[in-house]
Amino acid sequence: MNALLFNLTMGAYFLATLTYLFYLFKPRPTLGRISHWVISGGFIIHCMFTLDRYLEAGHTPITNLHESLSFFSLAIVGIFIAFERKYKVSILGSFVTPLALVILLISALFPSAIAPLNPALKSKWLAVHTTMAFFGYATFAVAFGAAIMYLIQEHFLKNKRLGPLYQKLPSLDTLDEINYRCLTFGFPLLTFAIISGAIWAETAWGTYWSWDPKETWSLITWFIYAALLHGRLTTGWRGRRAAILAIIGFFVMLFTFLGVNLLLPGLHSYK
Amino acid sequence: MNIVVVGLSHKTATVEIREKVAFAPTHMDKPLRELVALEDITEGIIVSTCNRVEIYATTRDIAGGIARIKRFLTDYHHIPMEALEPHLYSYHGETAIRHVFRVAASLDSMVVGEPQILGQIKTAYGYAAEYKSSGIILNRFLHKAFSVAKRVRTETKIASSAVSVSFAAVELAKKIFGDLSDKTVMLIGAGEMCELAAKHFLNNGVRGVMVTNRTYERAVKLAEEFDGKAVNFEELFDQLHKADIILSSTGAPHHIIGPKDVEEVIRRRRQKPMFFIDIAVPRDIDSRVNKVPNVYLYDMDDLQGVVATNLEQRNREAQKAEAIIDQEIGQFFKWLSTLDATPTIVALRGKFEEVRQVELGKTLANWKDIEPEEQKRLEACTAAIINKLLHQPTSLLKRAGQGGRTDLYVDALRNLFDLEMAAQQPETEELGELEE
Repeated sequence: MNALLFNLTMGAYFLATLTYLFYLFKPRPTLGRISHWVISGGFIIHCMFTLDRYLEAGHTPITNLHESLSFFSLAIVGIFIAFERKYKVSILGSFVTPLALVILLISALFPSAIAPLNPALKSKWLAVHTTMAFFGYATFAVAFGAAIMYLIQEHFLKNKRLGPLYQKLPSLDTLDEINYRCLTFGFPLLTFAIISGAIWAETAWGTYWSWDPKETWSLITWFIYAALLHGRLTTGWRGRRAAILAIIGFFVMLFTFLGVNLLLPGLHSYK
Repeated sequence: MNIVVVGLSHKTATVEIREKVAFAPTHMDKPLRELVALEDITEGIIVSTCNRVEIYATTRDIAGGIARIKRFLTDYHHIPMEALEPHLYSYHGETAIRHVFRVAASLDSMVVGEPQILGQIKTAYGYAAEYKSSGIILNRFLHKAFSVAKRVRTETKIASSAVSVSFAAVELAKKIFGDLSDKTVMLIGAGEMCELAAKHFLNNGVRGVMVTNRTYERAVKLAEEFDGKAVNFEELFDQLHKADIILSSTGAPHHIIGPKDVEEVIRRRRQKPMFFIDIAVPRDIDSRVNKVPNVYLYDMDDLQGVVATNLEQRNREAQKAEAIIDQEIGQFFKWLSTLDATPTIVALRGKFEEVRQVELGKTLANWKDIEPEEQKRLEACTAAIINKLLHQPTSLLKRAGQGGRTDLYVDALRNLFDLEMAAQQPETEELGELEE
């Protein structure tokens, strides 16, 4: 059952990626609507998968790489659907759904068996800390997609090369706005994830902060986004600079999430 | 019945000729009445725009009809035939249908895809309908042309991109700013291009206009025209940060805005994007301004480049439009051919015969002890009734076919008896479309 739901999700995301990429070449409203329904269907199945796993395991299913990558992908799709509805930019899907698909595919590479819960994770904080962290990550992933689109569109406008892709991409203002919205959602989520993590660390390990690699890199990520938010609000870091920072932030965040788990030994290395 | 087209356009005649044969839109009743009064011209429409004058008509005799329409044009406008004839083109049959569909779909326009022509044809059709110079064939023909034009507009991107410099500027602004409703345009200097572009921006909903000029009085005058605010030229750099879109066209021999100025201004704006449009020659704005982050500078050449790309795209889309027209011509032509008398007579007879057979069958099924002789007489009797009833309409249709208005009868019969013919009936659209 669980495997079936997972495979169905993969199928739906694969199909959505195809239709969204096709939409990039033929931006017909019908195709946009179809893509939207496919990704929404996939999202619902993905939620069912996650719920099923939660019921089966008896704890929040974000305890190993298979589960957390899958949840990351789920959060990206959820945030994307919300933004697509709000800003009516289907073409964002052409940049974000492939990312969600790739992350889900990587998750499939890791063993999916439900293991008994690591005693260190047995806490009510698990649900809070992990969901917040991953929804934060997911908004930054959507910001990353919008930032790439911004840089492409800006390149077209600066160099006066106004080809077919230029006409399909939304205005710079819309893309910058999406980037900013993501930041205002993602930053508080990341902040709370770090704070809840610290509180949890105090109860589990007896200290709020132990400079474990995950903690250090989370803090670096947090500083990047804090700088971006600060720059935006005070001196007007917008447009190109904001887009570049969103891209850098995304890669640092990916390292915080994956690199630390896989490469650096520490308290957070759950595989 | 044949559809013929006689006319001239920007492709065959200079403006001097075109204006001589133009029809005044306020007095269309006279020419329309004279047109359909011509021998063997049954229906007629006159389309008269600044780029073309065309007459669409129906006639039984193609060569004679075309000659009479040409004569009508020269007589009406008092031009010698030798002067006009070299500029006139004429079409009949399928080429006439294709021509009108192409004109309505704006494929024959000077700027391919420009939207006005469809409205102009609708107006011309409106006059013809008002003065009753168009009938069954031209009514359906024109409605078909309108629906073809609509299909071309929705299914191709023929009119989707700007092909004038000032529209191109507005489109670029939309790609930079998205919504223009909270944006301010600043005009530096005055000039026709500049004012035209400013008008386009206002039509697209910009919030306000600022105007500056070396002579302050002119700035004030222009500002009044746009309901905007005049700015002293010396204060340009104190005010520039308030503008999102800058249209510059001074007669200055050298740059008046350089990258250093813009860097300063953009800092004051906290990096809110700016769009400079330099339509002056020689240019007013240093091209290095484009390198400043969040600033976009387009000069005349850039805008013309955009227009050229868009025109290329339009021409590509025009090919798709031709394919749509090909499809629709076939359909319409089929309908037109069903308007002939013979297939109608055949269909009418068939319909009556079918009814006779059905009813006869019903009667005979319940009449068990009928003698073969009696059955023969019954059949002969019913057949005679049908022949008698159909004799008058059939001979009238045949006679009408030799020189009258067959199409009227044919169309009425088809509707009255719900006759199915080889061709499917093209869908008609409501006349309400005229008001669009």
